[in-house]
Amino acid sequence: MTIGILTLALDISVGAVSLAMVLCLWRLVRGPQSIDRVLAVDTLYLNTVALVLLLGIRLDTHLLFEAALIVAMLGFAATVAMARYLSRGDVIE
Amino acid sequence: MSMNLHPLIEWLAAGLLLISAFFLLVGAIGLAKLPDFFMRLHAPTKAATLGVGGILLASMVLQAAQGRVGLMELLITLFVFVTAPVSANLMAQAALHLGVASQAPTPKDAIPEHRTP
Repeated sequence: MTIGILTLALDISVGAVSLAMVLCLWRLVRGPQSIDRVLAVDTLYLNTVALVLLLGIRLDTHLLFEAALIVAMLGFAATVAMARYLSRGDVIE
Repeated sequence: MSMNLHPLIEWLAAGLLLISAFFLLVGAIGLAKLPDFFMRLHAPTKAATLGVGGILLASMVLQAAQGRVGLMELLITLFVFVTAPVSANLMAQAALHLGVASQAPTPKDAIPEHRTP
């Protein structure tokens, strides 16, 4: 049985995205300031969206694309809330 | 994946996936390695957005090859491409407000609170 080129590319991509998530986690733990950590969480969310999408392509299902959309929306809301909290002191005035 | 795809489509999707994975990795390496926050802000907000867009493009190519329209992918692409600059701008504003150290000289009127009308 031969492994298709698409499966191989998906496996390599999952490996690369996982490595990217490890690097984001390193910045999240180390980040000298709170805003660095906010940026790390934002990038982590984006990488999670990519990982869920890769899984969706792999399993050929549409359910996971909706999950990816929800992750993207929650990530945006979280980033906005944290950035507003850091710059204004509260989220909703 | 139980689909019988044309080899050309398969190679195209594989190439798109590899390119976007490369860009996601470049964004994360930039986030981990660059020296100050304003440089770090550049790496993930542009490279990683392009990476997610490439994966969605590959998915749309695969959907189109099977005769379906990837409407969900289009929606996610639009959402990610619209929200990425907004969140980057908010984070830059927060960093300016907090007075995060920058290695490049920052002009005084870059900070909105210090601007004279």
